Amino acid sequence: MQSTSDTQLLEISLGPQHPSTHGVFRMNAVLDGETIVKLKPVMGYLHRNHEQIGEHTSYIGSFPFTDRLDYFCAMSNNLGLALAIEKLGNIPVAERGEYLRIIMVELTRVLNHTAVTGFLLNDMGAFGTPLLYAFREREKILDLFEAASGSRMMCNYIRPGGVRIDVPEGWLQQARALVAGYPQFLDEFERLLTKNEIIRQRTQQVGILPKALAVNASITGPLLRATGVNYDVRKVDGYSIYPRFSYKVPLGSVGDVYDRYYVRILEMRESLKILQQALRDIPAGPAVSPKGQAMVKAPRTFRPPKGEVYSRIEAPKGELGFFLTSDGTPQPYRYHIRAPSFINLTVLEDMCLGYKVADAIIILGSIDIVLGEVDR
Amino acid sequence: MALIGSGVLQGLGVTLRTFIETYPWGKALLGVLRIRTGQGLVTIEYPDVRQQHHERQRIFPFLVYDGAPDNLRCVSCKICEQECPPQCIHINGPAKDEQGRPAKVHGRTYPVTFDINVAICMSCRICVDVCPFDAIEMDNEFELSTEERFGRLVFNKARLLKSNEYFQQIKPTEAAEVDARLAAKAKPSPKPAAPAPAAGPTAAPAA
Ligand code: SF4
Ligand code: SF4
Repeated sequence: MQSTSDTQLLEISLGPQHPSTHGVFRMNAVLDGETIVKLKPVMGYLHRNHEQIGEHTSYIGSFPFTDRLDYFCAMSNNLGLALAIEKLGNIPVAERGEYLRIIMVELTRVLNHTAVTGFLLNDMGAFGTPLLYAFREREKILDLFEAASGSRMMCNYIRPGGVRIDVPEGWLQQARALVAGYPQFLDEFERLLTKNEIIRQRTQQVGILPKALAVNASITGPLLRATGVNYDVRKVDGYSIYPRFSYKVPLGSVGDVYDRYYVRILEMRESLKILQQALRDIPAGPAVSPKGQAMVKAPRTFRPPKGEVYSRIEAPKGELGFFLTSDGTPQPYRYHIRAPSFINLTVLEDMCLGYKVADAIIILGSIDIVLGEVDR
Repeated sequence: MALIGSGVLQGLGVTLRTFIETYPWGKALLGVLRIRTGQGLVTIEYPDVRQQHHERQRIFPFLVYDGAPDNLRCVSCKICEQECPPQCIHINGPAKDEQGRPAKVHGRTYPVTFDINVAICMSCRICVDVCPFDAIEMDNEFELSTEERFGRLVFNKARLLKSNEYFQQIKPTEAAEVDARLAAKAKPSPKPAAPAPAAGPTAAPAA
């Protein structure tokens, strides 16, 4: 005879249409009381066949689709593909183009980290306020993107050999003004959040990711650096012109949600340093090399030699890799993307076990996923 | 650590200040108190107030004509149709006369129909980049919602045709560049049709 005090496990499904799951993502959680004992991520609801489409269009034709991977960081995605194509086809890059690219992707990093911090606070229950402060600042960067590329989010701007078109007149001044004013916003944002006792209670010692597990599961990006592992593809590979700038790689120590939040804040400050240097040193000249220009005008004249490349960048969410196989035709034979959000999601269960449902929500928020990239 | 709760209070101070400074009197008050203010109100009341968009803003392509609508620049070469990544351009042409030879208006061939399905178009601008004749350009009109999904979201040739003056008006910088390029092309060769540049699938690989 069961007594009424006996408990049983309860399985609940969070998502796929749930405001806290950042898109169409589903978590099947098994609960003991309110504690999570098992959690299974379910994805694929936003699968759009991106890789297959990429194999059926020219190399240039894939760029607008990369915008839609991680739709917060279109510029970084563009850069990732551009670097892979450059490696495959041996395309030189115009000097000014290099600087413009760095400026764009670092602005993207600032934008992404600002927005994700807002979302994280939203998940914690601070509805609206931090998110709208974040979006207010994000909008300024998006205005710059629109002025340069013609679109706020779907930029489609970076091309092999440089960028599609030089920035309009006065753009660099606007960018300098924004970069100069941004630390002020970060200070204010931190005054709002960093020392807030409620936030500390909610995030410290929650969702700890052990260092060894993070490395073994090939976690990258702020999630990895929050555990204290010094690994940043910008430093490790030194791709593009990153070795010319001086900046630090902020590291966490505990690997909890708070560390992830704080690493992102610090990373924004370092990105602003890179931006200052890049905006100071940017040379005049063409923004795209002749070979790149020819490729934009006539995408199908680009037939890279047979072979395969893997090229990676440090996207705001982690290591974003593009794998291309060429069979000598104007279309890639194989086109694969290593999506950081997807790989980082694999440790979700390990981080959530033993915590409450409300913690699982902020742990998911602290990973920083975008479903467009997870499902591709 | 300081007083428990001081972090929360500091944060509340930020929200209070941000709230006050959205009012003109609030900004003045904060000025008197020598408190640094942010930008105040950042939202606008659309549609009464409209945001000024940058001229590079791109929302769906249109076809350019010079002078009269039958003098369109498009020669129906179909490069854009082929290069459009989501394949949303559908061209019927070039137009033929009774003997089956290409019909010409103003010395150029022209498409019989030219449809762009804007429900699929993602405003990527690749068609503009690849067009060798500067015949297609990006619009910036964004109030396009309709109640009809299939009829009005496929833009036909008549809907797509817009004058060069319109282009000059919405995108002065870009239009000036295009005009200069076309003028330079027209001068040295008095031949009617501009020679097709090396493009398309049959072209030789890039050097
Ligand atoms: S590429 Fe230009 S000229 Fe050719 S069909 Fe398209 S719009 Fe017309
Ligand atoms: S803007 Fe892009 S998607 Fe739209 S018609 Fe042109 S090439 Fe196709």
